[in-house]
Amino acid sequence: MPPTEADWTPSARQVERDALRRRLRLRSGTIATVATVVVIGLLVLGVTSSPGWPRVKEFFFSWEDAKAAFPDVLKGFGKNVLLFLIAEPLILLLGAAVAVVRSTTSAAMFPVRLLAVFYTDLFRGVPTILVVVLAGFGIPALQLQGVTTDTFWLGCGALVLSYGAYVAEVFRSGIDSIHPSQVASADALGLSHGQAMRYVVLPQATRRVVPPLLNDFVSLQKDTALLSSIFVFDALFTAQDYASYNFNYTPIVVVAALFVALTIPLARFTDWLGRRMMRRERAGAR
Amino acid sequence: MTEVLRTENVRKAYGDKVVLRDIDLVVEPHDVVCLIGSSGSGKSTLLRCLDLLEDIDDGAIFFEGQEISDPRVDARAVRRRMGIVFQAYNLFPHLTVLDNLTLAPRKAHGVDRATAEAKSMELLTAFGLADKAREHPDRLSGGQQQRVAMARAMATDPALLLLDEITAALDPELTGEVLEIIRRLAGEGTTMVLATHEMTFARDVATTVCFLHDGAILEQGPPAQIFGDPREERTRQFLRRVLQP
Repeated sequence: MPPTEADWTPSARQVERDALRRRLRLRSGTIATVATVVVIGLLVLGVTSSPGWPRVKEFFFSWEDAKAAFPDVLKGFGKNVLLFLIAEPLILLLGAAVAVVRSTTSAAMFPVRLLAVFYTDLFRGVPTILVVVLAGFGIPALQLQGVTTDTFWLGCGALVLSYGAYVAEVFRSGIDSIHPSQVASADALGLSHGQAMRYVVLPQATRRVVPPLLNDFVSLQKDTALLSSIFVFDALFTAQDYASYNFNYTPIVVVAALFVALTIPLARFTDWLGRRMMRRERAGAR
Repeated sequence: MTEVLRTENVRKAYGDKVVLRDIDLVVEPHDVVCLIGSSGSGKSTLLRCLDLLEDIDDGAIFFEGQEISDPRVDARAVRRRMGIVFQAYNLFPHLTVLDNLTLAPRKAHGVDRATAEAKSMELLTAFGLADKAREHPDRLSGGQQQRVAMARAMATDPALLLLDEITAALDPELTGEVLEIIRRLAGEGTTMVLATHEMTFARDVATTVCFLHDGAILEQGPPAQIFGDPREERTRQFLRRVLQP
């Protein structure tokens, strides 16, 4: 008969130990709280007691200007979010495709492999803002038939190309991290190289690279603001617009707050996902 | 108190599942205590509790006269006096064999490099691994890796050595060379608690054999009694199963 909890009551020693553990937990909680309050208090004090603080407060933290600019900034921010939502799946597809192409082995695929290597090298090397500017101003200047001149879409394409290169490398590192014995097992079962990749390697690799991928996406959310440099009326451009008319930079702080509000949940989600995966991988190897 | 280790009514549960119940165990200096029992009987969990890798849920563990199950005890200080070897070797793959051995003496015990290396080389020589000192662990066979892991655990002169089914992943030939090392350490008077499936070996080297069943020590005594004339029917059943040729 398997033993159950019912026939057991903690001994006096255990009751005392549990109380002690609670006290120790409480003590470390108190230390953490006090330390946090002291550190944050000192930081706030340091900033607000600086000689230029009253002017900084007026130009960067004006409640009236924040309120006045907020509706337009929020509308612009909608564009940032939309950009992110469109670009993200495209980046995933592009990145995965490039990574898979780079890990092919057949001779016929050589030119495609070469192209993939060239693409990742080029777009990881060029600063994202240059890609955005070149796409936004350069492509319309070519006066091509049937190619959009809308800087929103051109900028979106630039972000996809730039981030696709990074994500491809993340995927490739994931593919490389799968132990060769997995491919050997798939080969031994008679799967083709492509099937082994599709059914054995990629599913494991994807799971492994989720945390770095999400990290790239947090970064992408912020980089949607780069499109303000090609006059897309996003949150930052709207805020800069307001700043040059009213000589007050508060809307830029508002934009920063909006970006933080968007990225923090994703960052916490990344942490949580990473911890959960670690627990799962280690469950067997205690 | 002269005993190295003593446990009183140790209990461990994961949620509703009780994995250790009323464990009373005394380990005297130079004892070799063998824990036997089927998989899932709690052998590994007991070893992990002794090394403070798991918090116990009731009872107490005393090590060298001090209650180490007290939450205020510095687990690192305790572990500096205990060695543990796992089934999966757990050698550090980025370090050479010698560096695997000298890491803890140098970093956790503050021994200088020359002294640590001299002592480690001595151990490696005794374990027949002197020529592997500069190799990385992945160049070694499983048996050699496990012997390195044993040497690593011994490099800090532990008062108690815990061995968790360290031959379970090895084939019979390699098992022999690892058991030979344990036999040698036992002969030198090393105090050990080991979980093992090697019954013949347990009969040979153990001073005490504990049969665990369902998280409890059902029966313990000298090997001659446990293997020759077990009191409990469950012990008899278990031994019949594992000793069948």
